[in-house]
Amino acid sequence: MKLPVHTSPYGSLPNNVTRVMGEVLLALVPGIIALVYYFGWGVLINIGIAVTTALAAEAGVLRLRKRPVRPALTDLSATVTAVLLAIALPPLTPWWMTVLGVLFAIVMVKHLYGGLGYNPFNPAMAAYVLLLVSFPVAMTQWLPPVLLNEHPLSFVQTLSAIFGGGLPDHLTWDTITSATPLDAMREQLKMNKTISEIAQNPMWGDFGARGWEWVGNWFLLGGLFLLWRKVITWHIPFAMIAGLLLASGLFWLFDPESMPFPGFHLFSGGMILGAFFIATDPVTAATTSKGRLVYGFLIGLTVFIIRTWGGYPDAVAFAVLLMNMAAPTIDYYTQPRVFGARDKDNA
Amino acid sequence: MITKNPGSWDFHGGIHRPDCKSMSAGKYLGKVPLPETLVLPLQQHIGAMAEPTVKVGDQVLKGQTIARVTEYIGAPIHAPTSGTVTAIEEHPVPHPSGLSAPCIVLQVDGKDTWDELPEPLPYFDDMDPSLLRERIRWAGIVGLGGAAFPTSVKVNHGPDRPIQTLVVNGAECEPYITCDDLLMREQADRVVEGIKVLLYVVDAEECLIGIEDNKPEAIAAMRKAVAESGLKDVQVVQVPTRYPMGGEKQLIKVLTGKEVPSNGIPSEIGVICVNVATAAAVTDAVMAGRPLLSRLVTVTGEGISTPGNLEVPFGVAMSHVIEQAGGYTDKAYKLILGGPMMGFTLGDDALPVTKGSNCLLAASREEAPPPDKARPCIRCGKCMDACPAQLLPQQLYWYARARDFEKTQEYNLFDCIECGCCSWVCPSHIPLVQYYRFAKTETWALEKEKRQAEDARRRHEARVERLERLERERKARLRQKKEALQKKTAAGGADPKKAAVEAAVKRVAEKKARQAEAEKSTEESS
Ligand code: SF4
Ligand code: SF4
Repeated sequence: MKLPVHTSPYGSLPNNVTRVMGEVLLALVPGIIALVYYFGWGVLINIGIAVTTALAAEAGVLRLRKRPVRPALTDLSATVTAVLLAIALPPLTPWWMTVLGVLFAIVMVKHLYGGLGYNPFNPAMAAYVLLLVSFPVAMTQWLPPVLLNEHPLSFVQTLSAIFGGGLPDHLTWDTITSATPLDAMREQLKMNKTISEIAQNPMWGDFGARGWEWVGNWFLLGGLFLLWRKVITWHIPFAMIAGLLLASGLFWLFDPESMPFPGFHLFSGGMILGAFFIATDPVTAATTSKGRLVYGFLIGLTVFIIRTWGGYPDAVAFAVLLMNMAAPTIDYYTQPRVFGARDKDNA
Repeated sequence: MITKNPGSWDFHGGIHRPDCKSMSAGKYLGKVPLPETLVLPLQQHIGAMAEPTVKVGDQVLKGQTIARVTEYIGAPIHAPTSGTVTAIEEHPVPHPSGLSAPCIVLQVDGKDTWDELPEPLPYFDDMDPSLLRERIRWAGIVGLGGAAFPTSVKVNHGPDRPIQTLVVNGAECEPYITCDDLLMREQADRVVEGIKVLLYVVDAEECLIGIEDNKPEAIAAMRKAVAESGLKDVQVVQVPTRYPMGGEKQLIKVLTGKEVPSNGIPSEIGVICVNVATAAAVTDAVMAGRPLLSRLVTVTGEGISTPGNLEVPFGVAMSHVIEQAGGYTDKAYKLILGGPMMGFTLGDDALPVTKGSNCLLAASREEAPPPDKARPCIRCGKCMDACPAQLLPQQLYWYARARDFEKTQEYNLFDCIECGCCSWVCPSHIPLVQYYRFAKTETWALEKEKRQAEDARRRHEARVERLERLERERKARLRQKKEALQKKTAAGGADPKKAAVEAAVKRVAEKKARQAEAEKSTEESS
């Protein structure tokens, strides 16, 4: 009797890359709904543009590289990259900018380095930074959250703004857009206002910027879901938040009138999203447990440094990319103690 | 010193996988009737291959040694029954490579006549332990948990390594396998008797018997047997069910809190670990003077009609064993020797059962699906979280794929116990263990090559040096002769005293040269 020969172990956990990525997408849903609620249809339209572009780009590149297309499309990794980039963009970003960003992420950052698993930089963040550096004005033109928005745009109006750049007749870009809270905070601090003066502005909510804080909360919920599903481990989010809180907390204690409250740092901008969904991208993060703590902590610290003294209002993308570069070194120096290692614990 | 709170430690990682033991647990299907021929591989153990002591055509009796050990690490082979040797030839053997190896083929005569056996040693505790070690060696006992390392070597730890703890492994953590469970349930006394002998042989202070908590009957039976034996400092410890609890290093850690050093063996930390079935075999050898002729084998899986355990003499074809378990069902898809985590598939079921064969798993397609297509590693670290050796499987994989065998060693490749946990959890379905086995084999091959090149270089250098020295000596002798001649003529006759001194100096120099020569040549030959 002839039998098939394979190597052990036989069978595996019912788990696969598609499922991992699918769970990441699922975890993003509450935060995305909140974004749409506060910032309008643009968010969804951006996601649509980004995902379509990403899938097409992935298929195109794989065909050129003569690799099977289907498994790569169904593993959902390109979709995750696209969604992460889309939700980091301002809601009325012109369509071609989104397309450009996604193409850069998939073709240059991911596939030129060898495709999934081989890219040293987080594709979504690299693309975000590219757009930010190339189109600084467009990339900081956010909409005010719905609570403060006197001119909410309808779905059709949003579509035409994104695709044609046209706004309804009675509106101009200046009247409908506003700076992001981080930007606003920065500008006002520059004008030597104190924190308590700045906090008078209706922009600020209970613990962060209005609207933003709730988006952060919903992303947090998704992040906890990922932790529960063991898609991510606690190390990176914990260390990253700890790094940010520690640094901002120290400075705030020292000088509460010109340093924003740590909670503000946490719940404005991309911190929560970054801590749970972006810095945890396994491909580009540190991979040892200790290494992940170091990696996360350094990102948190860098975010604070750039936000406070750097040239850009938000810094998650920069900090993540910087630490992407450091990840292999961090891994090298944080290898776990091997079972039975002949060290002082085990003479 | 007695271990306090044995079993209160833990090991990193591991996995929970449905144990699937209930199909065969506690089921004994009897002793397999002897087929017409037995095929006995000369290599059924780790170490040197045994050397036949019989010729084709010889009549042999049950228990007779038919192949003897040639080196320290090795084990003899005995005839499992009486009959005639019909061939000594290459035959397919159960090995992952699927290759053939030398075997003794025995035509069974059906009489099952015993050879004369050595006398039982019931009063072993008056004897020199070395005699007992000799007996264990004679009996051909090897580790019956699957690794098949010669037990006589294991229990010969040397006077400079006092043993504190004898660990007896009844964890049986591989899914599906239940032969140790059955043995402990039904023959606990035999196991405990063997423990008594082993405690004496290795002079251990205590014995800890580790059994996973999914085997309550075995735990109860063993506890009872230990209590009745009156042995002090022998404890049955219930350990959690988690694969690979039964890995030697893992079980020792959990029971004693001590870690076997990397690249080391348990006796370095005062521990010796044997399997429960091995202990039972020791009882037979010492108390009854019987060599190891058969073992309990679990035959199970959805591909088997009546799963259970059978007592199988070595050399019986697996197909014959499976027939005794009711044969295959329609679902049989793959035949695995060992468990689903560390076993290997057999391309054929006409292979003989050997000392290391603990389980024949005829798995259905659902139980052992064909491997999925591997996706790229996404560096999620799941493998690292599961690795009981606390390695970084993702890095090992990366470097093994790149064939960077220096880096794989730097990442402690040789501490990998090939348990398969990493492959099991990997969401990209990468056959990680396969890469590590490959890297290990390649590294060995490279090292062998390097050693050979090194040896050749040393031999060459030595030869060049010897030739040069001979040349130097020849010249020196010539010169001396010439000088002596000159002196003689100059002095017009020798000063007898001076001549004697010179002669002595010369003798010493020659002797030194000879010694150096001798040393060189032994160095070369070694
Ligand atoms: S589990 Fe698989 S995919 Fe994840 S890091 Fe390990 S090898 Fe890579
Ligand atoms: S097979 Fe090796 S690397 Fe994989 S989990 Fe087991 S010990 Fe670790």
